[in-house]
Amino acid sequence: METVPIKKTYEEINARIKKGEAVVVTAEEMVNIVKREGVKSAFKKVDVVTTGTFGAMCSSGAFLNFGHTTPRMKATKVWLNDVEAYGGLAAVDCYIGATQVQEDDPLNKVHPGKFQYGGGHVIEDLIAGRPVRLRAKAYGTDCYPLREFEKTITIRDLRNAFLYNPRNCYQNYNCAVNCSKKTIYTYMGILRPHMANATYSSAGQLSPLLKDPYYWTIGTGTKIFLAGSVGVVTWQGTQHSPNCIRGENGIPKEGAGTIAVTGDMKQMNARYIRGASITGYGCSLFVGIGIPIPILNEELAYFTGIGDEEIFCQVIDYGNDYPLGQPKSLGEVSYAQLKSGQIHILGKTIPTAPLSSYPMAREIACKLKQWIQDQKFTLGIPQFPLPTIPCTITIE
Amino acid sequence: MEERKSISINVLLIFNQKIMYKPIIYRLAGDFDIVFNVLEAKILPKQEGRIILELQGKEENLQRCIEYLKNEQVQVEILADKMHRDDSRCIHCGACTAVCRTDALSINRATMEVIFIPEKCVACGLCIMACPMKAMSGIAIDKDIDNETIAQ
Repeated sequence: METVPIKKTYEEINARIKKGEAVVVTAEEMVNIVKREGVKSAFKKVDVVTTGTFGAMCSSGAFLNFGHTTPRMKATKVWLNDVEAYGGLAAVDCYIGATQVQEDDPLNKVHPGKFQYGGGHVIEDLIAGRPVRLRAKAYGTDCYPLREFEKTITIRDLRNAFLYNPRNCYQNYNCAVNCSKKTIYTYMGILRPHMANATYSSAGQLSPLLKDPYYWTIGTGTKIFLAGSVGVVTWQGTQHSPNCIRGENGIPKEGAGTIAVTGDMKQMNARYIRGASITGYGCSLFVGIGIPIPILNEELAYFTGIGDEEIFCQVIDYGNDYPLGQPKSLGEVSYAQLKSGQIHILGKTIPTAPLSSYPMAREIACKLKQWIQDQKFTLGIPQFPLPTIPCTITIE
Repeated sequence: MEERKSISINVLLIFNQKIMYKPIIYRLAGDFDIVFNVLEAKILPKQEGRIILELQGKEENLQRCIEYLKNEQVQVEILADKMHRDDSRCIHCGACTAVCRTDALSINRATMEVIFIPEKCVACGLCIMACPMKAMSGIAIDKDIDNETIAQ
């Protein structure tokens, strides 16, 4: 991080936020400002660019502590609305994962399964304040004698409820097609045979990590919008991979970076976090995340100003290549093409459909902008950087 | 007489086993001046027949033809009334637009919001499968009719 030239410091920007003088724009607005006025002018003018994304993030879950029972119990098996939470932690702690499905779910026995209710839904229900049935079992010890416990609870009854997502906010993602002869049901949606449709799952020009492609301002300690509350980046996400294919503009053209995030579920808003049932695939969680990008130098003004037509992703066959673990790119398309409603691949015109919500991504970026303008949110200074690679882009 | 405009509706007609082999639909053209277009059909021999038709004609003629079908003991479901989107669940992700064949669900490219036009829906039911938020509900050609929906 020492190598990142800082021309406007975090402290200066935070001081401006506190005085209500900071210039904050959303990433959509920044794209237009840079187009209209150029990078240098945009750098001088803008202090913070807000981003947003709202999509399925399967590597999500929550640490819950349901408070000591009387008599005491060391719960080893825990269920919430019949969805199992991992109990291999201390007495009344557990971790519920977003993709865990309810006991007795028929799964894919009749394909494609519906996956009506899972961990993601439990997390949404808790945040919405809805009652949830808690059930726990233990083997009993001298200090923790209770063996069974059952109670209907709400989030207010939980002593702690922290969302902890080990991999969120993928920097970029594939565009999915199906080259096989039959319809398939994937986490990239329902894909019709012979490349009859294509799906994608990124907010493109609004997406947080695409706006800071070398993770100069995003690291442990970066404060973020997390499902309607102020959360924080805790670490690199699992599978974080800065060594990816990048364009001449430095922007990754495939998966690349990820972050781990955490936040207090009691402060969250169920509008920005939703349990999901993905037909034929399983349960998941849609998570709303917004990250403020401080414009510390001209390069960050340049990156945050890059629009959909200059951000690309790879088209991957989910019919054969991806499931076999041999994904090869069938071609590259820009988010501007994807958002237009059709792409051209291998001589074919294919209708496209998004899977992450662009309107919600925009709402999150606007909300975060409002928080900063209202002096309710200041920038967190990253204390530990995410692994990265040297940047070759310089603005003269 | 005042010339009325021609309108179009999509209907699901369910023929029970007593009437499923009786010729009925052909009369819509001759007696009621209706242009009909078969969008989907499913026949379970000796049990039940289901057909989705687009009916085009003058409003009063459409009403009369629906009366006629009901008198012939055909169960008539107006599809525009039957598919429903729960706007509190819909997050405008767009997953449904990957499978909708009639553009009843489409994306406003300016806002990227999902627009739902029930009149274009043929109740194929694919959006119910595609929606990760369970925001879409209603009847489809090969789904049981929800009695509560009918009661409403």
